[in-house]
This record gives sequence, structure tokens and C-alpha cells, in this order.
Amino acid sequence: MKKKKSILDSNVLYTVIAIIIGFAIGALFLLIAGISPAVAYGKLINSIFSKPKYIVWTLVYASPLIFTGLSVAFSFRTGVFNIGAEGQFVVGSLAACVIGILVDVPAWIHVPLCLIAAAAAGAVWSFLVGLLKVKRGIHEVLSFIMFNWIAFYLSNYVVNLDGIHKDGSEATKDVLSSARILLPQSVIDKLGCNVSNWGFVIAVVVAIIIWIIIEKTTLGYKLKAVGFNSSAATYAGINSGKSVLTALAISGALSGLGGAIQTLGMGGRLSQFAGQEGFGFQGITVALIGASNPIGCIFAGIFYGAMKYGGSKLSIVKAPSEVVDIIMGCVILFIAISNIFKAPLQKLFGKKEGK
Amino acid sequence: MDVIIKNLGLLINATLIATPPLLLAALGSCFSERSGVVNIGIEGMMTIGAFTGAVVGLKVGNGWIAFLCAGLAGALFGAILAVACISFHADQTIAGTAINFLGPGLAVFLCKAMFNNSSDTPAMDTSCKLPKLFDGVFPAGSFWSNVLNVYSVAYLVFILAIVCWFVFYKTKFGAHLRAVGEHPEACESLGINVYKVRYTCVILSGFLAGLGGAFVTLATINQFRPNVIVGQGFIAIAAVIFGKFSPGGATMACLLFGFCSGVKTLVGSSNTISPNLISMIPYIVTILALVLFVGKAHTPAANGKPFVKSK
Amino acid sequence: MGRVSYLDNSQVVIQMKDIVKKFGDFTANDHINLTVHKGEVHAILGENGAGKSTMMNVLCGLYKPTSGQIFIKGKEVQFSSPKDAIDIGIGMVHQHFMLIQPFTVTENIILGMEPTKGLVVDKATARKKVLELSERYNMKVDPDAKIEDISVGMQQRVEILKVLYRGAETLILDEPTASLTPQEIEGLMEIIRNLTADGKSIILITHKLKEITASSDNCTIIRQGKYIRTVKVDEVSENDLAAMMVGRDVNFKVEKKEMKPGEIVLDVKDIHARDYRNVEILKGLSINVRKGEIVGLAGVDGNGQTELVEILTGLRKADSGSVTLLGKDVYNKSPKETFESGISSIPADRQKHGLILDFSVEDNMILQHFDEEPFASKKFLNRKAIREHASKLMDKFDIRPRGTEGHPAGTLSGGNQQKVIISREVTNDKELLIAVNPTRGLDVGAIEFVHKYLVEQRNKNRAILLVSFELDEIMSLSDRIEVIFDGQITGSVPGKDADEKELGFMMAGGKKA
Repeated sequence: MKKKKSILDSNVLYTVIAIIIGFAIGALFLLIAGISPAVAYGKLINSIFSKPKYIVWTLVYASPLIFTGLSVAFSFRTGVFNIGAEGQFVVGSLAACVIGILVDVPAWIHVPLCLIAAAAAGAVWSFLVGLLKVKRGIHEVLSFIMFNWIAFYLSNYVVNLDGIHKDGSEATKDVLSSARILLPQSVIDKLGCNVSNWGFVIAVVVAIIIWIIIEKTTLGYKLKAVGFNSSAATYAGINSGKSVLTALAISGALSGLGGAIQTLGMGGRLSQFAGQEGFGFQGITVALIGASNPIGCIFAGIFYGAMKYGGSKLSIVKAPSEVVDIIMGCVILFIAISNIFKAPLQKLFGKKEGK
Repeated sequence: MDVIIKNLGLLINATLIATPPLLLAALGSCFSERSGVVNIGIEGMMTIGAFTGAVVGLKVGNGWIAFLCAGLAGALFGAILAVACISFHADQTIAGTAINFLGPGLAVFLCKAMFNNSSDTPAMDTSCKLPKLFDGVFPAGSFWSNVLNVYSVAYLVFILAIVCWFVFYKTKFGAHLRAVGEHPEACESLGINVYKVRYTCVILSGFLAGLGGAFVTLATINQFRPNVIVGQGFIAIAAVIFGKFSPGGATMACLLFGFCSGVKTLVGSSNTISPNLISMIPYIVTILALVLFVGKAHTPAANGKPFVKSK
Repeated sequence: MGRVSYLDNSQVVIQMKDIVKKFGDFTANDHINLTVHKGEVHAILGENGAGKSTMMNVLCGLYKPTSGQIFIKGKEVQFSSPKDAIDIGIGMVHQHFMLIQPFTVTENIILGMEPTKGLVVDKATARKKVLELSERYNMKVDPDAKIEDISVGMQQRVEILKVLYRGAETLILDEPTASLTPQEIEGLMEIIRNLTADGKSIILITHKLKEITASSDNCTIIRQGKYIRTVKVDEVSENDLAAMMVGRDVNFKVEKKEMKPGEIVLDVKDIHARDYRNVEILKGLSINVRKGEIVGLAGVDGNGQTELVEILTGLRKADSGSVTLLGKDVYNKSPKETFESGISSIPADRQKHGLILDFSVEDNMILQHFDEEPFASKKFLNRKAIREHASKLMDKFDIRPRGTEGHPAGTLSGGNQQKVIISREVTNDKELLIAVNPTRGLDVGAIEFVHKYLVEQRNKNRAILLVSFELDEIMSLSDRIEVIFDGQITGSVPGKDADEKELGFMMAGGKKA
């Protein structure tokens, strides 16, 4: 048990090292740009922690990221790489948005309807890629990338359709208030964040469910078996094609839900994209920082949410908010090559423990 | 009849404008993939190339120097990917994803730092851009003028494609890079330096991707904007797989995608079909092509797998 | 055997002195010595994992020794890469061929040393050189064929030509006969004679005693990474060599009580099937296995054994034919259905098909039963029951180290990994047990264990189909031997006093007179 714990700890350790390096490199670029890292990072931290309402904002930013993070983490654990979370997120938000605008039913039906539609859209989007992989042997990474862009243009197409498009804007009409997942007005007033919503609570509940599925159930056992070694799983009588499809559908549903949370919570409408929004790709970072553990994804999602929210305030001190992208890019890179510090550190600490 | 000829000319022209960035990136990707390194960071490398090209073009005023610098900037990112994937055995897809964060992030960051917090660079004079070869040779508006009204690099790119084919299948280096992507252990046992070959290929792929990005800012348009590279890098990857990892096949695939893009440019201005729907075509075509031709493409056997040198 | 020796004792070509090679805390080579003369065939004998391959990888420049010296023709050398070794005349033919599948024979042979004309690889000159070499040593190859289209025997000749093309004076052959027919082995011996006659030296890595006595002048024995001794092959018996290899007297005979086979369990009739390249590989094969007997399927790799087993275990679909198990139809069923009908199997590739290396040992032991009581109830796993089950099996099958139920299976040694699979499959208690190369890569102790359990299952009146490329294993275990060649059964002989020559003849396609 002790050994297991120390390995777990070390994962966190390397993630922290990667984050520190990320910030250091970000600071370097700020210096090059003639901006004091102290000022910029000070502003970043200040705009996250200095008021309770900022923390609420952070959680609002974090909610969709936890979902895409869970989506990617789930795919990692089941042996596929869902680089298509981006597209599933988009079709999810699109489904939620369209139903949020066009269907007029009471809130207790409307919200679940939108969420289910979004999850289903994400699941289908990912399932199709699974079909291509299982039936045709087409590598999922490639199909996911194609589907991301198809989703991107599909969304832009739908946003501009009559009946959905809001005249004189680059966005859809607002979704009906019955479909929004905002907290009660009294709570919103108290928190001081006008888009405070249930998204974070839903994300935490879903993360726990996913953790249980992976760790405690026969479904999780089966999906992991196929993920680690599909030949052996097939040999043992597990239908690996079906498992891959199940894993991808669940993963896609999570991203789709994330899209719904963003649209029904913070956004309230969908805008035409100029470039990919990046929620799906950011989900990869969240999953990596969270070590593909669903509970870890909650914290990693909060971290990324904070960076995004804090980053959006950086222009106040004339620092480009893209420093966040640089930091996060470095974090991914250094997690990917964490084995370069793993060996020396383990040697160092291994000796201290006397083994 | 005249209208058809005119439109045909414009269509060829639009294809010749849309293809080079894809083709440059795709040729680079061929090197990387065939040597066994999946480079999913092409998009990021193109963006940094697009930015570098615009900035150097603005500051130096010479399109060729700007073009070359853009290649070097892409090569630098290629080197980062190479170090991570080859020397440190990082998961290639994840490292490539990091590049896709870093490239655009850094480009916009530096743009804001240099141009008073604006995410766009100022527009360039034509003199800063790459030259056109047939400018003013044919009467304006004539068929040939329409067809050939392209920056000269567009032609060079197609010559480059032939050079790449030659390198791949006729030279020693080509044989080595293909072998390294199939069976690195065998190559090592024969004294071929696997790391050196892969480093060369990945850095080269960054260089070419950088050139591809710069083509957009130095030829197609005249400035850098955050969304100047929207998916071209990924289309290039698709073209390589579609083209069965060979320079010739990739060229054909890029021409097809360039043609789709050309159709979009023309139809987009006529407003009959949504440009968004036309934009989907390359991606749907790729999927369909894979569904229909699967099994015939041979993926390099060691593609995506880190190679650990013996000690 | 009529062995001809071209050994020239006056010229030492290679000398390895006190070679030590460590990987972390593990010492793979512990003060190894080796001396090879011109024209000599020198065998290196040792069990799997004894350190033979490590030693040779040091000699061919792939590994750098931790300490020790290498002398070539009396001069001390240090290799920084395989290229240095190649340049000085040492070439290695690896057990797993190092060939680029989509390349042609010529392209493979010249890889890394391509003749060029300007910038271009000069293929015509290369092709001519390859043909010259192949004629000189009487090794037939098709210079323009792609590797993926030629036989294993020809692939091996390509490997040998590859090192000759590089001007090798000393050739290291690592387990060269592993996948050859007896006739192809004879051909290889001929090649070895031609090479030594030409003044080349051969280092032969093997664990097959017969090959050593048939071909070698001297033999160096290593055990658990340590140098034991070097002997003149003429002066020792095969039994002596075996004892030195294992470190104790070994009895390769398996004790088996007489049994009368019962009713037919597995009945395969007229199976036709195609392989992954869509070429017909099984051409009307029929075979049966009865209760209480071990049927050995003898044959050279690639004659349809793999496909037959895949069909029986549900991994591959046959085109036509019938398969029944105790009268039940199990033709073209899924893996789950065949398993539930009563077929369990020990797969050929334990790391690919047998185990999920990243899963814990205990999770590997319930691979077919994870969703059944007591390991699961209502879709949730019961960790306690899983752990207890694993602990019981680890005790019963002596899986070491103990207390590793929760550790990844990949951390166990090869032999213990195989025990995990055997414990699982034997506990399944099915009517038919299929064992494919069950002892590949195991050391002698583990081999004895596996053989004992197979015989025990037979004595319990189970039906066992043993598929193995090791003829010795087939001959010592089987009650009946069926020979497979080109997708058909070409002969059937009783296991007792089967004749190796006759089997070899049938394995190469000869019909029993």
C-alpha cells in the first residue's frame, strides 16, 4: 500500500514540476515582451482569489473543462485517445442550444431534455469515429480531427439558419430561460456573478460516477481490459469492438454534456466560430494534469478554469492573455516528457527512503 | 462560354492559391511520418510560420527572407517536438498537441507584445510580399492572366514535391528514412543513426510547415491574424494519410483539397450554397476515402512508437 | 554426422575478457570469457535468460559493456555503435529478423551501405553484388522480391548475406534454427560449412544440444550470466552439455502412465480457411482429440497451426468445414461461445493474448469470469473474493514472488507469467485444453513444471491439443502425433517411439509410405 501511495504522490509531484516550469517559461516570455512577470502573475492571482465572486467565476469557467477533461481521461483509461472532444463539445452545445431555443416546455423537462440531447449528440459524434475504427480499422486520431472540423462548420452552418440566427448578430438567439441552468436569482445576487450556475455541481457528481464506473464496476474492468490489451481481452471472450464503441460513446457523451453546460450556463447562446474554441483540446490538458483520474480532473479543471478566467483579466495590465496558452502548452509538454526528471528524482528519494 | 472560361480560370487560380500551404505542410509531414514520428503539431508550426513571415516581411521588407525565416521558426518548433518525442520518448500525439497550444499562443502573444496589444499585424505593402512571376505578362482579366496570377512560390512548391519524391525513392537518405520508420532496431543494428534520421525529418517537417504558414501571410493575404491558419495543418495530415504517406499521393490529395477550397472561394462569393457546408467537403472526402480505400495504405510499421536506443 | 572442421587454432580472431554488463542492479553478464579462432564454429550454450544474447549484443556493438575487454585479432577495441563492429568484421544475424518488410531483398542487404552514383542509389550495381555473393556461398535468394513475400528460410539467407555484404569475418547466429524445418536446418549447416571453409568464423547461439554436436568445434557454456567453461565438443556428450547448462542433472524424459484414450472430445472435419493475406492456408484439415490423450500437432511455423488454433478459439472464421466438441457444434463461434462450450487455451503469445500486463495478477486470473459470482455481483466487482481466489492459485501453482496479487502481471518473470495463465486455464476445468508453444522462452525448471501439469490434466481424463514448434516437446509429451503441412494433416503416428527423421520428412511435405 505504501508503495502504491508513493507512486501516486510522485505523479502529482511531476505534474507540479511541469506546472512550475510552465510558469517559469511564461515568465520568460513576459520578460521578453517587456512585462513584469510579477505584475502579470500578481494580476492573475489577484483576479482569481481577491473576491469570492472571482472564485465563483473560476468555477463557472472550470465546469465545461471538467467535462472535457473527464471525457479525455475516460478515453485514456480505456485505451483510445479522444482528441475529438472538441467536436463532441461543439455538437453537444449545438444540440443544447437548438433545443433550448426551439422547444418551449417547462424547465423541469427542458433542462434534462437539453442535457440528454447534448450527451446523445456527443456520444453519436464519437460513436461514429468508433465505428470507423472497429469496422474499418481507421485510426481514431485521424477521424476525430476530421469530425472536429465537420462539427465546427456544421455549427457555423446551423448558427446562421433562419429561425435560429439572431438578426444583426454573429450568434444565435438566446436560449429560453426555461433551459438555462442558472442558480436562483437571489443566490446569484449574493454571489455577484451573473452567470452562476449548477454546472460545477453537475460536473462533480458526474466525475464521481465516472470514477465509480472505472474503478468499481465490471463495465470498467471490461473497458480497461480492452484498453490495455485488446488482443488478450478478445482472447478471453470480451467483445473488444463493442467495448471500444461503449468507451467512445461514454467519452463523447461527457464532452457533449460539457458543451451543454457551457451553453445553458455561461453562454446562453452560441456564436459563430472564427477558430476552434479549444474546450476539447484544453480537456486533454485537464486530463493530463489530473493524471487521467476523474477526481483529479475536478482539481485540474478548476486550475485551468482559474487560468482562463485570470488570463482574461491580464489585458488590464497590458499583458497578452495568450501567456496562458504558452504556460499550458509547456505544462502538457513537460508532463509528456516527465520521465526525464522521474529517473533522477526517484534515485534521489529512493536512496533517502533506504530502498 | 466566356463566363465559363473566366470562371474556370479563376477556379484554377483559387486552387493554385489554396494548395501550396497544404502541400508544403503535407510534404513535411511525409518526412516525419515515414521516419516514424507522428507530427500532429503541424497546425501550430504553420501558425508560428505565418506569424514569423508577416513580422519579418514587415520589418525587413523582403518576402524571400521573411519566407525563409518562417521556415526556420517552424523548424525550431520541429526541434522541440523532436527532442520531446525522439530523445525523451514522449507520447507523440500529446507532444504534438502541446505544439498546437504553444505555436498559436506564442504567435498571438508576440504579436500583441510587438504591435501595441493588437492580435493582428499591420497590413504589408506588396513589395514586402513574395513576388508574382507573371505579373502583367498577360492582359488583365484574360484567361491566362486569371490562371497564372499567383505568387511564384506556388510553382516552386510543385517542383519541391518532385524533389521530395526523388529524395524519398532515389537517394540513400530516402531509403534510410523509410527504413527507420519501418524497423528502427534493424537500422540501428546496421549502423544507421536512427535518432539523427528522425531528428532531420521532424525538423524538416517543421521547416516546411513554417513555409506553408508563411505562404498564407506573405502571398494569399498580407498580414497575420489569429485565425489565419484554420485547420490547414490538419488537412495536410489528412492529405498525407489519404496519399498513403508518399509525396506523390500527398500532392494529389492536396490538389484535391485545394480544389475544394477553390470552389468554396468562388461559390462563397455567389451566395448560393453555404460556404460552411463547402468547407466540410475536404474532411468528409477524407473520411469517405479512408472508408473506401482502407487496407490498401501501408502505414509505416514503427509510426508513433518511440524508439529506445540500446545502451 | 560427418562434421568437417576448418578450425585454425593458430589464429585467434575474437577474444572477450571478463565482460560484465549490468542493467541497473541486474547483472546480465558476470565476467564472461570467449575465444574464437579462424574457421571455427563456436557454440554458446545457455538457458533462456542466461545472458547469451546480452553477450552477443556487447560483441556486435549494440550494448556497451560495464567492464571488460574485447580484442579483435589481438588488438583491443571499443565499440561505440554497431557500425564500429560491422567495420571491424563482426556481423550478427538476430533471432528476430531485422528486415524491412516492404523493402526488396537487395534493398535490405545494402541498407546503410548503399553504393551510389552521384546522389542516386546505384541499384544495378547493388543487385549484381548481391547475386555474386549468393552464388559464392550457394545461398539462393531472389534479389527483387519483397521480404513480406518470401519464406522464412530465404529471409534467413538474406540476413546472412546482409552481414557478408558488409565484409563480416565473424558471423554471430542467434538461435538460427528456431523456425526452420529439419531440411532447412540441414541447408543452414551446409551454409555454415561453406562459410568456415572460406575462412569465416561462426558463433552459434543456441539451446539445442543436437545442433551443437552436429556443427560446432567448441562450446562455451554460460549460466545465470556467469561463465561456466569452454569445452571441445568432440570430448563431451549431450548429457554432459545439458548438465553444465542447467547446473544439475536433468531428465528430459517426461514420466507418463499408460492410458487408454476415451471418447472423441474435439472433432474437426475438413476445415478450409484463409490467413490474414486472404490466401488459403487450411486446405481441408481434419483432426480429433480424445479424452485422456495428448495430441501433438507437429509442423513448421506457417503451415496453418496458428489459424487452426484461432478458429478453435473463435478468433478467426473458417470458410467451410465442421468443428464439434462432444457433439456440440462450435464451428465459427465467438471466443466467448467456444470458451463456454468447453475449450480453454494457453495461447502462443502470452504477452499478447494470454495476459493484460498492465492489469494486476489477480485481475488477470478472472479474465473470463470477471462478471460472474463471486467476483462480481450486480455489475460491481468484489475485490475481496478476487484477492482470495488469486492467493489460492498462487499457492497452488507456486507463483512467485508471493504477495504480488495486486501488482501488474508485467512485473513477474516470464515463467511466472506463464504459470498465471496455466493456473487460470487449468482451473477453468474445460473438456479441451489447447496449449500452443507452452514452454517458449522458459527456463528448464519452468518447462518441467508446465509439462508436469499438461500430463496431470491428461491423467485427469482431459483432452489436450498440444501445438508446438519444438519437435522434442511434441515427442516427449504426445500420446499421438499429427503432422501438419501446407494446411493439411499429412501423417499420424503414435507418440511412443516416434521417429524424428520420419516426422521431419512429413513436416517437409513428404507422405508417409
